[in-house]
Amino acid sequence: MALEDAFADEPAFVPYLAAGDPNYAASLEYVEALARGGADVIELGLPFSEPIAEGKTIQDAIVRSLEAGMTPTRFFEFVEDLDVEVPIVCMTYYNLIYQYGDEEGPRPFVEKAAEVGIEGFVVPDLPAEEAGPLRAACDEFDIDLVFIVAPTTKGERLEKMMAQVSGYVYVQARLGVTGARDDVDDATEASLARLADWDVPKAVGFGIKTGEHAERIVAAGADGVIVGSALVDIVAEGHESGASVDDVADELEAKAHELKQGALRGAQERPQPERT
Amino acid sequence: MSTDDAHDPKFGEYGGQYVPEALMPAIEELTDAYGRYVLENEDGFMDEFRERLADFGGRPIPLQYAEQLSERYDTDVYLKREDLLHGGAHKLNNALGQVLLAKYMGKERIIAETGAGQHGTATAMAAAHLDMPCEIYMGKTDIARQRPNVFRMRINGAEVNPVTVGRGTLKEAISETMRDWATTVETTHYVIGSVVGPHPFPKMVRDFQSVISEEARAQCIEKTGGLPDAVLACAGGGSNTMGAFAEFVDDSDVSLYAVEAGGSSLQVDEEEGVAPNSASLSTGGEGVLHGARTKLLQDRDGQIMESHSVSAGLDYAGVGPELAYLVDEGRVTPVNVDDDIALEAFHRLSQDEGIIPALETAHAFGYLEEHHDEVGDTVVVNVSGRGDKDLETVIEETSKRDLDIAPDMSVFEQVGGGML
Repeated sequence: MALEDAFADEPAFVPYLAAGDPNYAASLEYVEALARGGADVIELGLPFSEPIAEGKTIQDAIVRSLEAGMTPTRFFEFVEDLDVEVPIVCMTYYNLIYQYGDEEGPRPFVEKAAEVGIEGFVVPDLPAEEAGPLRAACDEFDIDLVFIVAPTTKGERLEKMMAQVSGYVYVQARLGVTGARDDVDDATEASLARLADWDVPKAVGFGIKTGEHAERIVAAGADGVIVGSALVDIVAEGHESGASVDDVADELEAKAHELKQGALRGAQERPQPERT
Repeated sequence: MSTDDAHDPKFGEYGGQYVPEALMPAIEELTDAYGRYVLENEDGFMDEFRERLADFGGRPIPLQYAEQLSERYDTDVYLKREDLLHGGAHKLNNALGQVLLAKYMGKERIIAETGAGQHGTATAMAAAHLDMPCEIYMGKTDIARQRPNVFRMRINGAEVNPVTVGRGTLKEAISETMRDWATTVETTHYVIGSVVGPHPFPKMVRDFQSVISEEARAQCIEKTGGLPDAVLACAGGGSNTMGAFAEFVDDSDVSLYAVEAGGSSLQVDEEEGVAPNSASLSTGGEGVLHGARTKLLQDRDGQIMESHSVSAGLDYAGVGPELAYLVDEGRVTPVNVDDDIALEAFHRLSQDEGIIPALETAHAFGYLEEHHDEVGDTVVVNVSGRGDKDLETVIEETSKRDLDIAPDMSVFEQVGGGML
């Protein structure tokens, strides 16, 4: 299923987990639990040793995953081992994409990603200016390239990104790095308003923690919500407390359900278009 | 140099702007400011920068003939004494330039990262001098081995934020400072400490540091009637290196040696993800880190390796993209010396010339000791900084080795000094 289709009928819930956190087997269960809980797209993190766009929660997850042996090769195996129907988006940093395989540049990574069924990429350290080679490889293998629009992104930069984005656009709800917050930032509505004319779905991420947050963001016009740190927190707490994999998976499924339901409520609160 | 430089982010295939989208508008704003203020001297920015470098920094600084070393090597050795710059290292050239630029841009807050602490110290000094609030990120390992500089930053009024992730060295401190910047970008300027990071930092930092080679070139001509055969500078991130090389790059008869930290070995441990050296130019591969495509110490997958050097200031897994480019072009020769040779050179320069060099600088002198027959008859060595900050490390590392050249401190142990 193309990424855009995941947003077609109702607001999409897009969870993130770092693949392999805290280990390969448990992580498979956790990602599948998110799918059961209502995920429409799953952003799966391929850990990089220098994750400059991430806050502490996801940094810690990346360290756990790397220490448990996650590599790009294992990541592709992980995606193949997953038993989920929803599309998978690979979220990682450019150096890992660039270094994969014997050939220089992003093409081998993209080719392999296509082979295992990955539908899209989010690359936080790859602005539109540097994305040409990856965009070309994505076009060749029919994979979407999602860009992040920040609250600081305005004017010409929006045009540059609009020319390259596909699948959905990741709307960064606030300045800073990833991490769950206790409220929804006012910058979100302004960012959504700037993108009103774009004909790709708009998914809002950074700081979303609860079903109520998801509801408010979708009511404000988002086509989907992206949630990472609030879910990674559940994995981390389970890991630290020694909880069973099944219990953590159940908690993730319940949290996913809460966020998805919040998004659905938000859609009902939107102003309905007038019938003519 | 022209204003076109401001808008060309690349050195061949190296350089670029690989940063989170939230930072891109700030980088565009900085690129514009770099073009206007630094390259075009708008509002007299460069005049004020030069004036402050003179009055506050103490420039110009001497190119000193090193009598003992010259005799030892039968080569005329000249020392560019950046250790005499205010703060004790070349770092002030860049820090003063960037903090002043931030002021011209209307920014309200300064952040910076530091490895050995020299850049943090210089930034704290420049921020105090120009009345700007300042926060410095420093890895826990570096805090432990560079305590005098932590204290100096605090004395100058800067906050010092310990970075505890990873091994707690410069690499982690840079990542953490980028995270702060991504949160506060609208009011804050990030004073990157070397010729690394996204464009325009590598060019801008080189320009602020090029005063080193501008002076050295003129002083060399004045003292010797011509150009040197070679310029030697230690290379970590590469700011003193590019500063020392910049005005010589077009002088094709002048050999340029970038001396990296060979650490304890040039071999890497792929399994552990550790490179026991910091020799990115000599042994690294091309990749993307901290905003730029450059040469990096990385494993086969592209994960960044933990680097090592006895010198905290060289302990970084990357290097400036312009240096990577100049090495590929054959203009700069990358070489390296190990921890032992650097430590010996530290003691030699201290004893022979009465100059206690930074451990970073000692690498350049270590190379000269080993290869003085190959570098020509007249050599300029950039003394990037002074070594006071390194004394604790030097005492500890010297005690682990049997160095003939090291001072015998045993008599002080007997009377309770306990220094070695």
